[in-house]
Amino acid sequence: MRYFSVKNRSILREMVSADFKVRYQNSVLGYLWSVLRPLFLFAILYVVFTYVFKVGKGVPHYPVYLLLGILTWTFFTESTFVGMSSVVAKGDLIRKISIPRYLTVLSSAMSAIINLGINLVVLLVFAYFNGVEPTWRWVLLPLVFVELFVFSTALAFFLSALYVKFRDLTYIWEVLIQGGFYATPILYPLTRIPVNLRPYLFINPMAQIVQDARYVFVTQSTITVWKISTLLGLIPIGIVLLVIIFSTIYFKKQAKWFAENI
Amino acid sequence: MKDDIAIKVHDLHKSFDLAENKSTSIKQLLINVGKENKKYRQKVLDGIDFEIKKGEFFGIVGRNGSGKSTLLKILAGVYTPDSGTVELNGNLTPFIELGVGFNSELSGHDNVYLSASLLGYPRKVVDGMYDEIVNFAELHEHMDKKLKNYSSGMQVRLAFSIAIKAKNDILIFDEVLAVGDEAFQQKCMRIFEEYRRTGQTVVLVTHSMDTVRDLCTRAMLIDNGKITHIGSVESVTERYSDLNTDKEGAQEKALKLAQKTKYSQFVIKPPVKTVYLPNEELTLHVSWKGKFDPDKHIIGVAIIRSDGEYVFGSNSKNMVLTHAEITCNIELDIGIGRYSVTVAMLDKSGAMIDKKEDAFSFRVIDDGRVDVGGSSRLKYVYEEDKI
Repeated sequence: MRYFSVKNRSILREMVSADFKVRYQNSVLGYLWSVLRPLFLFAILYVVFTYVFKVGKGVPHYPVYLLLGILTWTFFTESTFVGMSSVVAKGDLIRKISIPRYLTVLSSAMSAIINLGINLVVLLVFAYFNGVEPTWRWVLLPLVFVELFVFSTALAFFLSALYVKFRDLTYIWEVLIQGGFYATPILYPLTRIPVNLRPYLFINPMAQIVQDARYVFVTQSTITVWKISTLLGLIPIGIVLLVIIFSTIYFKKQAKWFAENI
Repeated sequence: MKDDIAIKVHDLHKSFDLAENKSTSIKQLLINVGKENKKYRQKVLDGIDFEIKKGEFFGIVGRNGSGKSTLLKILAGVYTPDSGTVELNGNLTPFIELGVGFNSELSGHDNVYLSASLLGYPRKVVDGMYDEIVNFAELHEHMDKKLKNYSSGMQVRLAFSIAIKAKNDILIFDEVLAVGDEAFQQKCMRIFEEYRRTGQTVVLVTHSMDTVRDLCTRAMLIDNGKITHIGSVESVTERYSDLNTDKEGAQEKALKLAQKTKYSQFVIKPPVKTVYLPNEELTLHVSWKGKFDPDKHIIGVAIIRSDGEYVFGSNSKNMVLTHAEITCNIELDIGIGRYSVTVAMLDKSGAMIDKKEDAFSFRVIDDGRVDVGGSSRLKYVYEEDKI
């Protein structure tokens, strides 16, 4: 099967561009919304955690550090949520034509990538004004984002197939995402966590991803899983790989019956 | 697979899950744990086996719930069969619905590209056919408007234009003719007629026997997920009406059958063409297998409109025939509508010896003339009077 034939690429492009146009043309602020939402969240959290709880003390470039964490998490949340409902949302198509089913999930993932791209521009502006020094390590940032993209898209594949059968999955995922937000060191620096607990937090691939992104982009003082032990680092990477394999198998198996189950 | 075969379907089975309490949420799944879940599977297709040759205009007919739409969706690759295979020789474009993927928030222009890409046409190909699509839809000045500002008629026109301009080896249509007004259906008929003439492979699912008679070169009747009959259009339409008269009662059916078999030693060689423009000529070969007496017998050919109106009749009274084989040419100076031909054998006194009703049916469609109307096309001349 040719996954990226001219036909499929063309479908993907048209779906993403349609998504993009529809999402932005009807709002007054247009493209700004996708930037403003994480920025508002950032502003609130920044005020709360710098002036009220003071957790950011001692972290160099804490605003950029925090914003990068939030943007990473926003991407994860958006791509899994939108991805989860992508198959059902395109049910009308799936019941009538035989386009490859994975394209619906992929198109929603692409839309999330576009948003992330816009947000990263804002991040660069922040980094500039905050005095973050560019280093050669910045070239590693795309690599971290590739892992982020692959991980969240793989999850989206699994969730979208499951959502066809179980429509209350959104509520469950919402709760899990809420929990995940606090289990991942986004607001708080890892230095605030007791040393013996840190390895457990890194089982979560999102913790590894967020910390790696900060390490290469903001400050080398970020605690990454690799600093603790390379062997431990294989756990989140292994989990990502397992999610990819399992999701692919599950999605492929279920995709055959989407048309009649939706 | 042989080269002249377009679609080969082998032993297709399909059933749907109709579980009594199928869980559609995780909550229900947890509630239903431990409960005995009775599984009902409804068999929709039960061993379907057929071939469609290239260039055929193939009709699939059947009553509601017979499985014809499910079969179509399997051909289109939307449903996965439980078992059996579908082999396609070439690419296929299904039109299970017009305007697949249309988004009312996008402009007409964007929708053409979106819908066409979903049907399998890359952007470059769409670039090449875009103008044709817009021309056919007659929507030049509206292409930048959002689809939600289109009237429903405009939307259908745009959708249909995409379908018509989208060329592929095999085309599949599901009841597309069921939408639109009379003028739109006329347009469809003309296009389908062209498909048939140019040897485009088409599969058409319908329950309109008129459509099958007008267009198809071969047809298949499905009932309860099985092929009841496959063959000539006449044999399929006949069986389909038998199927429906089943419900009317056995007595009536027997009566009809008796009427059908009692007469008719006529053999009609119908023309290939079933859709005509006014003033076009209809050619029909009629022969009669009965014992022909040139001194006594007369052959008659009549045209009956679909509402039963006796439109035209002719006979061989002023001819000397030696045998009962004629070629009948009739110039169709008649209005738009659906007609059938009845042939009859009479004796000189006018008594009916043999008759075949509905020997051939055809349609006369709009030729675009705006200066005439009505049920016939009489010749006329207007002259302006001098003042």
